Amino acid sequence: DVINLFQPSDQEMEFLIGITGKDFVLTAADTSAARSITVMKSTEDKSRDLNKHNIMLYSGESGDTVTFAEYIQRNVRLYGIRNGIELTPKAAATFTRKELATSLRSRHPYTVFLLIAGYDITTSKPHLYWIDYLGSSAEVPFAAHGYGSYYCMSILDRYHHPDITLDEAKVLVKKCIDELKTRFVINLLDFKIKVTDQDGIREITI
Amino acid sequence: MAGSYDRALTVFSPDGHLFQVEYALEAVRKGTCAVGVRGNDCVVLGVEKKSVLKLQDPRTVRKIVMLDDHVCMAFAGLNADARVLVNKARIECQSHRLTVEDPVTIEYITRYIAGVQQKYTQSGGVRPFGISTLIIGFDANDKTPRLYQTDPSGIYSAWKANAIGRSSKTVREFLEKNYKEGLTKDETIKLTVKSLLEVVQTGAKNIEIALMTADSVIKNLEVEELQLVNDGA
Repeated sequence: DVINLFQPSDQEMEFLIGITGKDFVLTAADTSAARSITVMKSTEDKSRDLNKHNIMLYSGESGDTVTFAEYIQRNVRLYGIRNGIELTPKAAATFTRKELATSLRSRHPYTVFLLIAGYDITTSKPHLYWIDYLGSSAEVPFAAHGYGSYYCMSILDRYHHPDITLDEAKVLVKKCIDELKTRFVINLLDFKIKVTDQDGIREITI
Repeated sequence: MAGSYDRALTVFSPDGHLFQVEYALEAVRKGTCAVGVRGNDCVVLGVEKKSVLKLQDPRTVRKIVMLDDHVCMAFAGLNADARVLVNKARIECQSHRLTVEDPVTIEYITRYIAGVQQKYTQSGGVRPFGISTLIIGFDANDKTPRLYQTDPSGIYSAWKANAIGRSSKTVREFLEKNYKEGLTKDETIKLTVKSLLEVVQTGAKNIEIALMTADSVIKNLEVEELQLVNDGA
């Protein structure tokens, strides 16, 4: 069997974005669950809370995504219960990446694209990881998945800086979403936007 | 050709006893005491803390463990056996959440632990776990406090108050005399402490108490709080 290195277009239509700031990570995902030309649901939450300060956003092959995300979520929780301290974002991302690398070398790999966003309570720093189904992982200040990333990365390059505040980040993500509404052929109606910081994970509106 | 390793090491005696299981219960009776008391809206676990040797780090000797956010467990007997059982139980708690998207009920996880203990009384080449457990918690969206006990034979049952380990008979008799329905939080803690003090050398230093309430908050009482209860008693 040949590994399919070309991403099928169904999966690229989904959009995930993450932006790290001074002491938080802002994440957003579109809320439509669609196959080919039909939108089945427009209130889908494409994320799972791994623990109090870590969240994973997923896109890709439907079924694979939720199965994989929940599997990672349960294992991260198990670590927290076993050791009395929650897994750090870096450790969660490394664990996830290794699982995907193993899956790639199996009969049917998980086709998932992930963003892992977390706040490390031991160092008080926010982290964001871009991970794909080939087991590539990169720690980045901002990232996106899907066709939408082609429109947004340059906006993020232009306006992002390491000490960005939450209000500035909200404006920035709104800029990205507006760009998609203007230039992306798929009408992504709604987005679920979340913030992860010292106090945990919460949903916000912009 | 497999020979004697085929046979379960736990075999029936002529008069219908499983001696290995009974010897396991003996091992439990040698372990440090653990007490569980169910109140009106809370449930408390108390354990006797074995005196820590001078150079030992007391933080690494934990006898009350969390199995999940809403389930807590204490044990009496062979600590190493407990570690294995606790690990299995923790994995099962998460596995249950993964397959049915619901946290375990206290009865379910007790049944699971008891099932594991029973399996080891009927398998080849293994010995029973030398521990009895007290499992406490609240089911999801339920305000009823739960307390269950398992033992090496694999029996489990629900209790209003119970004790396991060293001098458990004395403690249980104390509980039978002093337990009443509808205990408040403070009364439950006080009863747990007083019952433990029956057998433990006096001093808050030798007791560890965990309190669980319906919002699944597990509080390990500090030494100072225990002193207050102690003096009040």
